[in-house]
Amino acid sequence: MNRYSRHIALSEIGQAGQNKLLNAKVLVIGAGGLGCPILQYLAAAGVGNIGIVDFDTIELSNLQRQVLFGSASIGLNKAEAAKTRLQDLNNTISITAYPKKLTHQNSLSLFKNYDIIVDGTDNFETRYLINDAAIITNKPVVFGAIYKFEGQVSVFNYKAGPSYRCLFSIQQEKEQSGHCEDVGVLGVLPGIIGSMQANEVLKMILEIGNILSGKLLLYNALNFQSSVIKINKSEEKINKILNEKHAFETKTMSFSCNSETTQISIEEALKKENIQFIDVRETSELPKIEHITITSIPLNDLEKNLEKLDTNKRLIFFCQSGKRSKQAVSILKQLKINNCFSIKETSSEIKKQLENINYER
Amino acid sequence: MIINVKYFGLIAEITACEKETILFTKSNVSEFLELLYKKYPNLENKDFQVAQNQELVTQDALITGNELALLPPFAGG
Repeated sequence: MNRYSRHIALSEIGQAGQNKLLNAKVLVIGAGGLGCPILQYLAAAGVGNIGIVDFDTIELSNLQRQVLFGSASIGLNKAEAAKTRLQDLNNTISITAYPKKLTHQNSLSLFKNYDIIVDGTDNFETRYLINDAAIITNKPVVFGAIYKFEGQVSVFNYKAGPSYRCLFSIQQEKEQSGHCEDVGVLGVLPGIIGSMQANEVLKMILEIGNILSGKLLLYNALNFQSSVIKINKSEEKINKILNEKHAFETKTMSFSCNSETTQISIEEALKKENIQFIDVRETSELPKIEHITITSIPLNDLEKNLEKLDTNKRLIFFCQSGKRSKQAVSILKQLKINNCFSIKETSSEIKKQLENINYER
Repeated sequence: MIINVKYFGLIAEITACEKETILFTKSNVSEFLELLYKKYPNLENKDFQVAQNQELVTQDALITGNELALLPPFAGG
């Protein structure tokens, strides 16, 4: 019995189509909610060469939607654990795990080895990085993104079609703030959206059907509503990336999204013992926070002032809105300084809460 | 003219509805957004794109159809 007999039985695929799948090279970035179903279907379908990029480790709260993993995988790297599971699913294909973060430095050489790039990431900064690296290396990107009960799917940079920047070009500052979605998500939603992404990948390889290029598919899991919106190509935005490609590899990422457990409220922070509060705002920023002992280290100077941090204590960061403090935590995580937390509230909310507590005393 | 407006993701949370009809008497998308910001001040600093009759349009586009959609980018995965 042939593993792929149900594929081969389709006149649109046949043995010739199955051979195309076997010869295809697909790089999936992110082995999380979207990445798991994408990888599962690509491996099962017999895509011959699959790369998996993910720096993150599996946590208990991932299992609600990241269906390649089980309890025994908690603490393991996602790319490596996904590879182990997929190799069991299909031992006739070649799978490469890249247990690292995608960066401006490694993306171009990585993309060159693959035909199709699949975006299953969870933050804007990496999504723009993937888009730009794909434009430079001239690779199509199968894009998927989710928010609570809704999803978006599209194919960018396919046969000189529109790119992600033609659809959404948000301000540079917001781009770098990451916008990690540590909000809730219905577990099955990434399953649906990721499966749609896998479907686009297979159609592109097999050269069948219509590809979602120049179109954004919107799906709402609560009411079955789906819409397709036409996207126009912006030559200006694409040319800007191409014109700046010589500087691409010198750019750096400012954000990491592994913050599920590092965000806390000021109330929770005050309950902890053995803590150091760090204000990462510029020293001129208002309001000043009183009633607690604070170390002031503006975010830009953080790496130069590591000696000011008492790493025997829990390090609790705050700033004006909660964004820079999140970045501080991710910078320190990369420097292997854990035990860091970011306060969710804005500085004025923190001030208000501390004043209330002080009056109560 | 009466415009049918659809909202998605975070935008629908701010407007507290997924669609509504709005009476509009001016001509282009940015004028329509000004009207919308008066109704929903919290929309003003949010990122979204506008589609008219299922096609993305720029802020200076004339309103020709009767359906607009406000699409925010989603980051989650």
